[in-house]
Amino acid sequence: MPPVIQVSAVRKTYGATVAVDEVSFAVNEGEIFGLIGPNGAGKTTTMECIEGLRTPDRGAISVLGLNPFSDVYKLQERIGIQLQEAQLQKRIKVWEAVDLWASLYRKKRIDGERLLEQLGLIDKRNAWFMNLSGGQKQRLFIALALINDPELVFLDELTTGLDPQARRAIWDLVRGIRSRGKTVFLTTHLMEEAERLCDRVAIIEHGRIIDIDTPQSLVNRHCPERTVVLATDDGSAAERFRTIPRVDAVTCSDSQFTIRGRGDDLVTEVIQCLSENRIRVTDFRTILPNLEDVFLKLTGHSIRD
Amino acid sequence: MMLRGLWKLTWIELKIFLREPLGAFGTIAIPVLVFVVTGRIVGHREPSASLAASNFISVGLPVLASVLITISAVLSLVTIISIYREGGILKRLRATPLRPQTILTAHVVVKLLLTAATLVLMVLVGKRYYPVGIHVPLFGFTLALLISTCSILSMGFLIASIVPTARFAQPIGAVILYPMIGISGLFAPVAALPPALQVVARVVPLTYAVSLLEGIWKGDAWSAHLGDVGALALVFIACTALSAKVFRWQ
Repeated sequence: MPPVIQVSAVRKTYGATVAVDEVSFAVNEGEIFGLIGPNGAGKTTTMECIEGLRTPDRGAISVLGLNPFSDVYKLQERIGIQLQEAQLQKRIKVWEAVDLWASLYRKKRIDGERLLEQLGLIDKRNAWFMNLSGGQKQRLFIALALINDPELVFLDELTTGLDPQARRAIWDLVRGIRSRGKTVFLTTHLMEEAERLCDRVAIIEHGRIIDIDTPQSLVNRHCPERTVVLATDDGSAAERFRTIPRVDAVTCSDSQFTIRGRGDDLVTEVIQCLSENRIRVTDFRTILPNLEDVFLKLTGHSIRD
Repeated sequence: MMLRGLWKLTWIELKIFLREPLGAFGTIAIPVLVFVVTGRIVGHREPSASLAASNFISVGLPVLASVLITISAVLSLVTIISIYREGGILKRLRATPLRPQTILTAHVVVKLLLTAATLVLMVLVGKRYYPVGIHVPLFGFTLALLISTCSILSMGFLIASIVPTARFAQPIGAVILYPMIGISGLFAPVAALPPALQVVARVVPLTYAVSLLEGIWKGDAWSAHLGDVGALALVFIACTALSAKVFRWQ
């Protein structure tokens, strides 16, 4: 099956600033693909080139087999877009927006009222846009992005500015989109969001893609370190821990031990060591690397900086 | 179809406009009130008035009111387009199969409808309360106003295309449009202006709009104003073409 999105060596500049350069990747049908990176890394520019809203200076893009620049109206019929920091008319009512959007598409579309119901907006159908909360606005934008029953959905910084509860609710909605067989392309600067939501991610910084893979593979490849922190009064513990394979360091302060090593088996090995030597522990926890650590490792700075 | 969604967008934009605080009242009621009250004040002061004064009441003031309504419609259009651009609303609308010209057309239709409603009200109220009876070739005048409005609206497009932010839209529009009234021939014949201003007046499209509106209001034949219509059409074509080139959607 050909990829849903194929991006090859795309470059886009604004004056003297190079926004994205040599960006290449492919998105497969039915996956949630995340473009992750700090603000200003080129996420939105890349996404808007794919959506046909911007024209790249160089490179080739194919979306659903169409050229997003020459076939922009054909493409818009088949995709759904949620833009970062978009607004609607202040005094447009929720149902009017859905009704208007539904009238813009040629093809069959889904029932707007049902969509509002699914997104928990049915109580707000007569509310003005300006009176909606941040989470409600985002859900309305998701509704508008889904109104034409698109094959491919674009979500740009979907949960920025939302509280954790609203964020989780939106994540469930996005998973729901995937389970209906659609492809989702999203950008985020929230590593937790990427980790929990995306099947595959591309890390972008300074307009260039650094690596692409599943979140787990990225972590395994770039951050194999594992850390176990435990507390025990056993005097011989430190000696025993040092004999575990692939342990790099054991440090101890008071009765708390920190065991650093590499590989997925480290935690199991530590537990085995504890049980074989009948070491009694009063506390036990693991510190596992995540995408945040991958980003730090690859770029030398935190994504929040 | 190229203009898919036009009717629905127009209808929604009309409703949205009327929901604005002072939307309907400010656009429709206030101009009519000002028109009638001014007419009565001027009319009372000069009971059987000089020829110039009565000419102003019977022709000048109605035309001035029409022009003001048109200009305020244009300013409102300029403001709305720049607010929509600044707020990302245009961008969101663009990320659909909606064509740019559909969005603009919808707003123009809304403005024309509101302008028409105001003028109809002005004529109706004027028949009852205006000091001089209003006997006007309504169809002809409406057509003349439509031509003038389209022409002035196209200047609005151009301003809306160039003006950077909503905050500047209204003042810049006002600075460009309102002074045109002064030299448009409404208050003094163009021929009576200083030569330098005459040159400006001949370039300014409002001059042709005023000449057309005054003429048709007084009952002139259209054949006497073909030059005005031609000039207004030329402005419309030039401004529309130019603004299509320079229009920024975000």
